[in-house]
Amino acid sequence: MSLDMFIQHLFNALTLGSLYGLIAIGYTMVYGILRLINFAHGDIFMLGAYFVFFGVTLTKLPWGIAVILAVALSALCGIVIDRIAYRPLRDAPRISALISAIGVSFFIENLGLVVFTGLPKPVYRPDWLVEIITLGNIRILPLALIVPAIAFALVMGLLWIVYKTKPGLAMRSISKDIETTRLMGVSVDKIIALTFGLGSALAAASGIMWALRYPQIHPFMGVFPGFKAFIAAVLGGIGSIQGAMIGGMLLGLIEIMAVAFFPALSGYRDAFAFILLIVILLMKPTGLMGEKLEEKV
Amino acid sequence: MKTPNKSRDLTLTTAAVGLLLVFLWWANGHLDNYKIQVLNLIAINSILALSLNLIYGFTGMFSLGHAGFMAIGAYVSSLLILPPVQKEMIYILQPLIWPFSVLQAPFFIAVLAGGFAAALLGLIIAIPVLRLGGDYLGIATLGFAEIIRVVFTNLTPITNGALGLKGIPNYANIWWNYGWCLLTLFFLIRLINSNFGNVLKAIRDDEVAARAMGINTFKYRVVSFSIGAFFAGIGGALMASLITTIDPKMFSFLLTFNVLMIVVAGGLGSLTGSIIGSAVITVLLEWLRFVENPIDIGSFHLDGIPGMRMVIFSLLLILIILFRREGIMGMREFSWDSLINRFSRGGEAR
Repeated sequence: MSLDMFIQHLFNALTLGSLYGLIAIGYTMVYGILRLINFAHGDIFMLGAYFVFFGVTLTKLPWGIAVILAVALSALCGIVIDRIAYRPLRDAPRISALISAIGVSFFIENLGLVVFTGLPKPVYRPDWLVEIITLGNIRILPLALIVPAIAFALVMGLLWIVYKTKPGLAMRSISKDIETTRLMGVSVDKIIALTFGLGSALAAASGIMWALRYPQIHPFMGVFPGFKAFIAAVLGGIGSIQGAMIGGMLLGLIEIMAVAFFPALSGYRDAFAFILLIVILLMKPTGLMGEKLEEKV
Repeated sequence: MKTPNKSRDLTLTTAAVGLLLVFLWWANGHLDNYKIQVLNLIAINSILALSLNLIYGFTGMFSLGHAGFMAIGAYVSSLLILPPVQKEMIYILQPLIWPFSVLQAPFFIAVLAGGFAAALLGLIIAIPVLRLGGDYLGIATLGFAEIIRVVFTNLTPITNGALGLKGIPNYANIWWNYGWCLLTLFFLIRLINSNFGNVLKAIRDDEVAARAMGINTFKYRVVSFSIGAFFAGIGGALMASLITTIDPKMFSFLLTFNVLMIVVAGGLGSLTGSIIGSAVITVLLEWLRFVENPIDIGSFHLDGIPGMRMVIFSLLLILIILFRREGIMGMREFSWDSLINRFSRGGEAR
């Protein structure tokens, strides 16, 4: 493989990795706080892409405004899902919330099938995003530069919220001890809603960029990216935002490079993530960046 | 408390099984094919739900790998009952490789082989994965099921790849299905009520305490996981022969989810619940097909909406979990005592 090809693959991997990473952050924040695998998260990713699609085709909004509205709407969806399907189950055994999450996920996917129909829809892409640029022998889409840059900016913004603001402090506090945080006078439900909103906004941003990169959308497009992003979150150590991003990058790199170097393996591409997950879990059961949890008696 | 009346219970149980057999014999002769198909599905779903309940409800291991074990059982058994001529016809991409192309077995042996293959895989998976706990175990088992599906899609010389297997002999009639279902139920009742079952429940309730009592919890979890995998394989094998066509896509997470749904709706940790759950959910899923057909209400015409069935089904699931999260039976079991107490007024209740 020539160096030029390798660099092109590297950019592809970086794009895919940042998209996984953005979804993974939502998983990791919710899991860090509620110990809940939010199965519906991948479907928020799908909704984000569809909202832009309808914003542009149905209401004829300018693309940029459609994107902002779509992210806001998706954040709202995340908050509503939490309010209806998860909040009543806060004190229930954890499996109940998990099953509720799976139910919500199926509900959104099948409602999508009913409302959007199962036909894949082509996505509008502004020209300046898809005119191939050539640097020497390297040919890449502007997207391959823009997606990682936007992802980086979003993560920086999120880290600022989590580490430098009061709501962020409350979030970190809830993830350590939800009861004590409540006793300290923090409105726990509002902070959790905020967490869902932020995570969903990032997932929607990822979905919108995913639809630009792979320009076809359908109601089940979120299932596999969702699973893989959760795996990325586990790889990076659940609860850690930086870890989620690193896990996403690692996963993107492995998926693209393994297929690039061993084309015979391309049929197994969807299995890589799971194999990687099992290997890492066995070596380090709490993920790469995860804290060690002691078993309490 | 009354002492359990063993001989009376035995008589009643035998009578109930007899009654079931009479009903099945009647159903087999008088109901149409569709209704018989639903009855068959209830039996197979019961086997699957019982096996998942053993793993999750009784041992507390959150496993999402059922579809993988079912796939193994389905493929092994189907390869054994497909006639060699048929195999030659369906393997159009690449011919089936040697031992599988000539191997043949009677249905009972084939199903059993499917079960043992799944159990063996369960054992191999269990030894590394069961070191994990809680949600991580769920994700890792889900991962294994997905890996099995991807491997089956790509292992064309054995599995015929994405095309799957067609024309599998339809041996799984109502007698086989209910026979296996009763066998599973009987085996699990004996297992759960034995000392072994008590250990499993102890592990579920508090693994650290169980270990402190000197129990080798790992060994028990591995055995329980493999037994669950065995019956999942049996269920998959019967399912394949019932619907006569299988492909790797069928064994996706959706299938595991359906089984999990039945177990939760019936009640985690209740065998009775799993049986009732299977009947209720299977019938409900079939009944809900009406929403996808056109409906006429007076002069009002509604077109059938494809996909609506699963929308309603997932909504029902959310409602169950929000408002009756312990399921139909909770952790209670059916017993003749409770039934008789309910109906005998003035008897020594409790």
